[in-house]
Amino acid sequence: MAVIARLEDVTMSYGQRVVLQNLSLDIVEGAITCVIGLSGAGKSTILRLLNGLRRPDSGRIYVKGQELGSLSDRELIELRRSIGFSFQFAALFDSLSVFENVALPLRENTTLGTDEIHKRVTHALESVGLAGAEEKLPAELSGGMVKRAGFARAIITNPDMVLYDEPTTGLDPIITHLLTDTILRLRNQLNGTAVVISHDLQSIFMMADYIAMLFEGAVIAYGSVDEIRASFNPIVQQFLQGSEVGPIPI
Amino acid sequence: MNPLESVGRESTDLLEYVGGVAILGSESASFIARLRIRVAETFNQAYLLGVQSWSIVLLTSLFTGMVISLESAVQAVQYGVGNLVGGAVAFGSFRELGPMLSAVVVAGRAGAAIAAELGSMVVTEQIEALDALGLSPVRMLVVPRLVAMLIMMPVLTIFADIVSILGGAWLANSVAHISYDTFLLSVRQQVHIGDMLKGLVKSFVFGAIIVLIGCYQGLRTRGGAAGVGVATTGAVVIAIILIFITNFLLSYILFGQQFGGG
Repeated sequence: MAVIARLEDVTMSYGQRVVLQNLSLDIVEGAITCVIGLSGAGKSTILRLLNGLRRPDSGRIYVKGQELGSLSDRELIELRRSIGFSFQFAALFDSLSVFENVALPLRENTTLGTDEIHKRVTHALESVGLAGAEEKLPAELSGGMVKRAGFARAIITNPDMVLYDEPTTGLDPIITHLLTDTILRLRNQLNGTAVVISHDLQSIFMMADYIAMLFEGAVIAYGSVDEIRASFNPIVQQFLQGSEVGPIPI
Repeated sequence: MNPLESVGRESTDLLEYVGGVAILGSESASFIARLRIRVAETFNQAYLLGVQSWSIVLLTSLFTGMVISLESAVQAVQYGVGNLVGGAVAFGSFRELGPMLSAVVVAGRAGAAIAAELGSMVVTEQIEALDALGLSPVRMLVVPRLVAMLIMMPVLTIFADIVSILGGAWLANSVAHISYDTFLLSVRQQVHIGDMLKGLVKSFVFGAIIVLIGCYQGLRTRGGAAGVGVATTGAVVIAIILIFITNFLLSYILFGQQFGGG
């Protein structure tokens, strides 16, 4: 079980608020790791730490054997190009069409010709079910389409690892199921690693190989879907059941 | 917070701001020096920031040229020196009003647009998305706007100079009956090409100020829609203040030697 990324004893604060405290987590290569936890628990921060968008106050982060703190800006940029990032609200560039949004990483980071870029973007959009939406602007898309366009942009360079920040939040059950299925399919296509932040337990149970439960800045439970479901930890059980009664303060 | 602490914090904030703008400027200059410029986007920005500003530059320079002409023509005719009005209008336009007024109105329009656009991109995570894709926001967003403005601001200034002289000539002819030939002869005799070129140097610097302040304000936006509003207002106010201060300094440096200074 090879590890592609590792957070080791990481502490991270925003001002006076400590979000992660001595957190350690391994991301297994080729697997889908889902991170669950309460809102504001620091789940999205983990994704930003993994691709170097944030630097921890202390601790070390390793991605593909490289310690991020020791990388130069140029090396960090190179590393980011091998990691796809799907943002919570997709973060599509609103002045660009769907096609141009997805093509941007190829145009700027590779020497591919126009025809090859066109072929790859078309294929990526087809793989997320957005064939025919190439010329639309992000403002003309529905919530589910925006998320899928974000997926396409995240995977267009065939990254080694894709980070999904709340990919199904705020969507109806059908689109949620579709997106969950898309994440699974993309993982299989790319044969790569995915880290998914989500509150949606149904889709997590459908796609996760491993689940890490975050509470008060640390990982309090880690394991397969069955192991997490069977956990005796009362915090995990309260979270899974969505109960107001238990050790988690409301 | 005690007064001393407050002064200390304000000073730190000011230094941090100046340093931030300086770093943004040097990063942009580094990309420009290496010719890492997105040409199509630069043309697009030249149109949005420059070409689309022509109407407000036309209006402000036309009426400014006319008011200078009105004031100077009335006095000049009374003292029998109506043949100097063209020079007075051109002198004021080329050296001061053309570059400065154009910059002020462009700061109000383009500076605000830049800050609002980049600020919106910050709050919708688009800037973070650029970073995540391994793309530099400075190269992608700041450099095209900077290059576009460095080209378009002098062009707009030349346009403003011409419009203000034409407006001044029309008004001098209408109100003080100074012929167009007399007006234009006065322009040629009293104003040198150097005056115009120095005015263009000013416009070049003002263009850089508008873009760098607009971009810096936009990129440091925090706090959602309200933050975008604050960033936009700040971009206009700070850019205009800096334009006035820089205008004085540049006038002193460029024209001061004529009075024994600089």
